[in-house]
Amino acid sequence: MAAHATYSYDVLVIGAGGAGLRAAIEAANAGVSVGLICKSLLGKAHTVMAEGGMAAAMAHNDDRDSWQVHFADTMRGGQYVNNWRMAEIHAKEAPDRVRELEAWGAVFDRTPDGRINQRNFGGHRYPRLAHVGDRTGLELIRTLQDHTTYLGVTVHMEHTVIELILDGGRAAGVLAYDRERGRFHAFTAKAIIMATGGAGRAFKITSNSWEGTGDGHALAYRAGAELIDMEFIQFHPTGMVWPPSVRGILVTEGVRGEGGVLRNSEGRRFMFDDIPDNYKPQTAADPEEGWRYVMQDKTARRPPELLTRDHVARCINREVKAGRGSPHGGVFLDIAWIKEKISDAPGHIKRKLPSMYHQFKELADLDITTTPMEVGPTTHYIMGGIRVDADSQESTIPGLFAAGECAAGINGANRLGGNSLSDLIVFGKRAGEFAAQLARKSEQPKLDDGAVERALNASLAPFERGNAGENPYKVQHDLQDAMQALVGIVRNEGEMQEAVKKLAGFNERASRAGIDGHREYNSGWHTCIDLRNLLDCSEAIALSAIERKESRGGHFRDDYPDKVAEFGTFNISTRRQADGTMKVSRLPLKEIPAELKQVIEEQKQ
Amino acid sequence: MSQATFRIWRSEPGGGSGAFTNYTTEISEGMVVLDAVHKIQAEQAPDLACRWNCKAGKCGSCSAEINGKPRLMCMSRLNSLDLNEPVTVEPMRTFPLIKDLVTDVSWNFRVKKGLKKFKPRKPDAADGTWRMAQRDVDRVQEFRKCIECFLCQDVCHVLRDHDKHEEFIGPRFLLYTAALEMHPLDSDDRLQDLKDKNNIGYCNITKCCTKVCPEHIHITDNAIIPLKERVVDRFYDPVTRLLRMITG
Repeated sequence: MAAHATYSYDVLVIGAGGAGLRAAIEAANAGVSVGLICKSLLGKAHTVMAEGGMAAAMAHNDDRDSWQVHFADTMRGGQYVNNWRMAEIHAKEAPDRVRELEAWGAVFDRTPDGRINQRNFGGHRYPRLAHVGDRTGLELIRTLQDHTTYLGVTVHMEHTVIELILDGGRAAGVLAYDRERGRFHAFTAKAIIMATGGAGRAFKITSNSWEGTGDGHALAYRAGAELIDMEFIQFHPTGMVWPPSVRGILVTEGVRGEGGVLRNSEGRRFMFDDIPDNYKPQTAADPEEGWRYVMQDKTARRPPELLTRDHVARCINREVKAGRGSPHGGVFLDIAWIKEKISDAPGHIKRKLPSMYHQFKELADLDITTTPMEVGPTTHYIMGGIRVDADSQESTIPGLFAAGECAAGINGANRLGGNSLSDLIVFGKRAGEFAAQLARKSEQPKLDDGAVERALNASLAPFERGNAGENPYKVQHDLQDAMQALVGIVRNEGEMQEAVKKLAGFNERASRAGIDGHREYNSGWHTCIDLRNLLDCSEAIALSAIERKESRGGHFRDDYPDKVAEFGTFNISTRRQADGTMKVSRLPLKEIPAELKQVIEEQKQ
Repeated sequence: MSQATFRIWRSEPGGGSGAFTNYTTEISEGMVVLDAVHKIQAEQAPDLACRWNCKAGKCGSCSAEINGKPRLMCMSRLNSLDLNEPVTVEPMRTFPLIKDLVTDVSWNFRVKKGLKKFKPRKPDAADGTWRMAQRDVDRVQEFRKCIECFLCQDVCHVLRDHDKHEEFIGPRFLLYTAALEMHPLDSDDRLQDLKDKNNIGYCNITKCCTKVCPEHIHITDNAIIPLKERVVDRFYDPVTRLLRMITG
């Protein structure tokens, strides 16, 4: 069997969230032909879920802000294993990328003097997040989507990529299938950009949509690309915990940015009890100072609820385990209390956090303007991903680029809230620019028909097994349970070794997965295809986490609860070997230039 | 644990023949219709087609007609429905069926392509930026809450009953046009298109679109009626017509 159709582009972008769309815009503006493959309909990508805002040191709300402060905040948040060059580029270029969105029609919230308003967020020293209420992701994706509409980019909606195919060691194209008809399509391109987002669906409790199955990570890995930092998963501290069917859905950090506080069942603001030493100089001494910070008093320091996500998530976990949790196994997040401080608090809350108001009202029958929410940690983001060159975003496979969540480096061991949306537009643009540059000087590669056919036949195998095979949904559920329980927010050697053993079993079961019916819009078949990607990502996460025998950022081990200086000198890399096994190695960090080191030191006070 | 029955539209590929199939499944506290559909998919009908993404009312993918009402499956709680009867779940009727609950909404993307894009005025400041007051963007921000679920298109009788897809852009794109027309920075003019190409006059303000909007956008009152007024003022008001004749 052969592919139904073959498409050729100069640049092929896989993924149409913020990074993919921004890359497509840049490449199209450079005058090359661009194809864009998206797993869902255009404009539905997971970027839409981003709430709080995008971080850019525009200094509109506090003129002490600058790229240097943003850079130092990002490095501190990432526990200094970030790719410093990416953190530098990101901090310097984010303001221009945000302003560009306004020129394309985005309508951000305004300051009193009519500029883009910026809000406080965890780990950011000054108010830095350009935002639109709590639906900033929607604004970003719609702006980019509408702008792309007029650029001649060919969009292939509801297409899923099955395999990345190389030609003499270079990225040459992909095999994909369209969900509507179940037909196979081959694509060749002179440069390919992965912008496929995260892998949260490897875990049971997650804020990620069904699409977050680590496709780009796994496609690149199977083709031989190097992944790094896969042990660093961000568990967002505040996901919904009740009712059960919405467990994991995100509650924006913006709630805390607007004055929301965390309390345990005893009514105590437990975040004041555990403030890490390196954040003490920047953290409020008492609730009163914290409130003044929320009210943008420049002499006040931020409340401990706005410490980095890894730390807040662990504190919540500890409260729940100590029996001081809320009725449904979370803690209380209270924004209603601000009525003690300001007049018309309910109106203010609804204006600043409309989606949150709506979400709790409709899904949990709870009015956040009068009642505290119940929240707990949820798998939110993967810092690890495809290793890329900081400037060009090219991976270790020539011709293959990556941007956004599926690329690694900028966030180190922990991502600051708000740095993701700005990451998408800063590095999406760069990936598009450098991919177009490469395309202009390259020949159209040829796809190996044999490789296309092998991938195609392998993907159809579940139909041959039919209902007699393993139920793919069941394998996915078991995988999610295992990763949640054994490689979750608190890890140890024994449990992770058990996870690795279980993964081998899941791989074996996945290879026997069967599905009935036709190829048209068959969710079961799609789950079979997703499973391979989830399994590859899960293995990389577990093996990397075993290798890092310390605790740092999103990676916490109760058998090695402390940070170890030696482990701060390298990233952990995973790569596929010729025999199909995964090789784990340590990749030394590049020396940070003296001037950037000085910026970090200056900001430590 | 209690049970509920769902009467779900199942079709042959290509949207040909189809019929309702009843599925009975266990339900628990807080579940929404999409949870039930997923449970049925995982346990009884693995090839059941349904479109969804965020499961939090933010992406607008899981639009369907539940007991005859256009709604998002992810925001329809089971405790808001009468579970003594089977819950009917069927695809949006205004768009061609692909399979089961999934429809072909590509017409909407084609319509957007035909509309004039955002065209900002010259920047206000030397650094290439603009100044806008919050009160001047409030209205546009309301319109930009749209999640493109296309439920308003589904319910609009001009499209649903009269099939005017070639002549009429529907509430979603009247809202989109309003967002551009009322954008403080936009400098283009879409009134001629609204009157002649997009046929805003077909809308007779039954407000069905507003009623089904999951984002509670006042589509009719805040977007369509003001646009209609602008069109009337420009093209049909005798005083302005007279003035135009005099001033040329």
